[in-house]
Amino acid sequence: MYQRYDAVIVGAGGAGLMAALNLSAQARVAVVSKLYPIRSHTGAAQGGIGAALGNLEEDHWEWHMFDTVKGGDYLADQDAVEILCREAIETVYELEHWGLPFSRTPDGKIAQRPFGGHTRDYGKAPVRRSCYATDRTGHMILQTLYQQCIKNEVHFYDEFHLLDLLIENGRTAGVVAISLATGETYTFHAKAVLFATGGCGRMYRVSSNALALTGDGMAVALRRGVPLEDMEFFQFHPTGIYKLGILLSEAARGEGGILRNKDGERFMERYAPSLLDLAPRDMVSRAIYREVEEGRGIGGKDYVHLDLRHLGREVLDHKLPDITDFVRTYMGIEPATDLIPIQPTAHYAMGGIPTDVDGRVIVDEKNTPLPGFYAAGECACVSVHGANRLGTNSLVDILVFGRRGARHAAKFVRENDWAPLPANADERAQHLVAERMNAQGNEHQGAIRDLLRDEMMAKASVFRDAGRLTQMRESFHEIRERYNRIKLEDRSVRFNTELLELIELGGMIDIAETLVEGALARQESRGAHSREDFPKRNDAQWLKHSLAYKTPEGMELRYKPVTITKFEPRERKY
Amino acid sequence: MKVTLKIKRFNPEKDEKPWWAEYTVEAEPTDRLLDALNAIKWYQDGTLSFRRSCMHGVCGSDAMLINGSNALACKVLLKNLGEHITVEPMRGFRVARDLMVDLEPFFDKYKQVKPFFITYSVTPEKERQQSPAERERFDDTTKCILCGACTTSCPSFWANPEYIGPAAIVNAHRFIFDSRDEGREERLEILNHRDGVWRCRTIFNCVEACPRGINVTRAIGEVKKALMFRKL
Repeated sequence: MYQRYDAVIVGAGGAGLMAALNLSAQARVAVVSKLYPIRSHTGAAQGGIGAALGNLEEDHWEWHMFDTVKGGDYLADQDAVEILCREAIETVYELEHWGLPFSRTPDGKIAQRPFGGHTRDYGKAPVRRSCYATDRTGHMILQTLYQQCIKNEVHFYDEFHLLDLLIENGRTAGVVAISLATGETYTFHAKAVLFATGGCGRMYRVSSNALALTGDGMAVALRRGVPLEDMEFFQFHPTGIYKLGILLSEAARGEGGILRNKDGERFMERYAPSLLDLAPRDMVSRAIYREVEEGRGIGGKDYVHLDLRHLGREVLDHKLPDITDFVRTYMGIEPATDLIPIQPTAHYAMGGIPTDVDGRVIVDEKNTPLPGFYAAGECACVSVHGANRLGTNSLVDILVFGRRGARHAAKFVRENDWAPLPANADERAQHLVAERMNAQGNEHQGAIRDLLRDEMMAKASVFRDAGRLTQMRESFHEIRERYNRIKLEDRSVRFNTELLELIELGGMIDIAETLVEGALARQESRGAHSREDFPKRNDAQWLKHSLAYKTPEGMELRYKPVTITKFEPRERKY
Repeated sequence: MKVTLKIKRFNPEKDEKPWWAEYTVEAEPTDRLLDALNAIKWYQDGTLSFRRSCMHGVCGSDAMLINGSNALACKVLLKNLGEHITVEPMRGFRVARDLMVDLEPFFDKYKQVKPFFITYSVTPEKERQQSPAERERFDDTTKCILCGACTTSCPSFWANPEYIGPAAIVNAHRFIFDSRDEGREERLEILNHRDGVWRCRTIFNCVEACPRGINVTRAIGEVKKALMFRKL
């Protein structure tokens, strides 16, 4: 099937829908998404969206900017962070104007609460900056954006799975996707393509991420010669439900929750004396790993407790109702009276497809754009999160840069014609499908997926060293070899979810490899990348972004400088 | 524990009618039903087809008929289902394949109620004011994830597919009772129809089916009341 649009957006979470809203009035746009839009993982975000509204106490976007830069261990590009924090404010008001049901202060304003790493006056004490709708902020954002898309009659292709990005003579020509319902491949010829395909957190055993988060957009871009930036920085959220990894929002600690080890000790006092349990996520996750390692996990196991008992039922039921429900449903315990077993859970890729502040994808260390290709949200790396993202900033990121990417793309499609489609545009996609459909072998898909996730968890998660990373690099040989022997049982054309899962897994292996290569090369500890053999940050050598390229000879790494404007790197203490 | 799952299968490419497949899975009592379905798909039978994503009850992909009641497969634990579990697709929509139904008619009905914020007054520079009590008034219906569990558990909907259904009414309620919204009359008019709210017979299946704990029947009752008293 051939379809022609001015612009195609791939992915219908917060970034994709925000881009659609900003593009659809000015151009003919299609949104292609493997899930129904409201199933996207933006809906799982809980605690809030950060913006210095100052509704409850003094706050400034400059303070937000400082926290974001420091939280990211000075790897973020500060020009981009400034845009993020300035535009956060108008973005939150825009959401409210679209009807988003924020929780309210007694005097009727948008309610705000403290969150990890967000402080007043450049680090003095926690500040109430997270604008929230109970603990369902992401759900409300996703619903509100989808509602506005219905109002604006945005054209959706629901349950269409991305297979390929088309590039012809250095210009973007469109994408190829497969319809789940019919199994047909569609070639979308477009002047501009915007990827908003989300993260890749399913490469780890314990993960807060939806099964859909397999990094499809990143993998497709990587295979088409686009690098991935800063992939070695992957965030583990401190409070996932033990074993399941289901997220328990940082808002639980924002409302006063406390982490305790087997002795009942509030151990964060030893790791972050001023921010305590509201230290940034990388630090809290490391603290939990240390406690466990030193024998202070609960019952000698690999978890600690989140204590919400003192918050009272009123706060639990009104400010944290969803996570209270998750704890009751999945653990069978009562947060008002019981301690909650938690462990760090794979949560967020700071890295991704490199872009500038207008969402344009750049392909080298000189920031050369690939005309017509845009990316926004978790699949992209602007970089506003640097080496570690602060809570609430992903929701800001998807909206601010979803909008900016769309605005630039709108201009681009006005000024440019369609790039000619390459001959046999869908050939590679067809080949990929045929190759998987005809795969012969004796391996079960689950075994390879589990192998990847277990290995990544053991060798490339919170703490890393050369030994384990090298072993992980070796494991990819086995993983790839066995992947090629997976037998596809489902030979149906329609609704072949097994085929799509297999394609997802193939892409995820590539992405995991960029992470491991980047982590092995970076001989320092910064933000979420913590090397036990190189425990210190090393600005002289490593204050730079990595770019990972997939080449026929293997992964190639290049580096580009960090943009520093207002805040010179300093030691990061809380 | 060992559990046996009896799953209703149908692949329109090769089956003339639905049939039952049986699988045995070794699992933990605290596993979700979705974990068992994934175990089958990834290790036993890759052809088993169902939708899923978030795995913790917020994306709404995996509503299905489990032991005769609608629920999300990721929100019920095996220990609460017994050792013999039957799983079928939701009732009332065309089965696309196995546990997946055609959701297009469901979303079409949702779109009928103008499920978006409507205002005619001037937009303020900052936020519109709303008191905590006004916000609380429609909190329950903001929770809807459009999974379809309520609508496909409703006998009035089974009997009459023209019925707009509880999910669409819940989403209209979310705006009708929002003090900031100015589209109340338009929405009420859409629902003031034989196949609108009046088709509801207060059977309460929807309340039991809702994985988000929304009191759907009460919301529908409030819309009915708003319709009866709006001209007074």
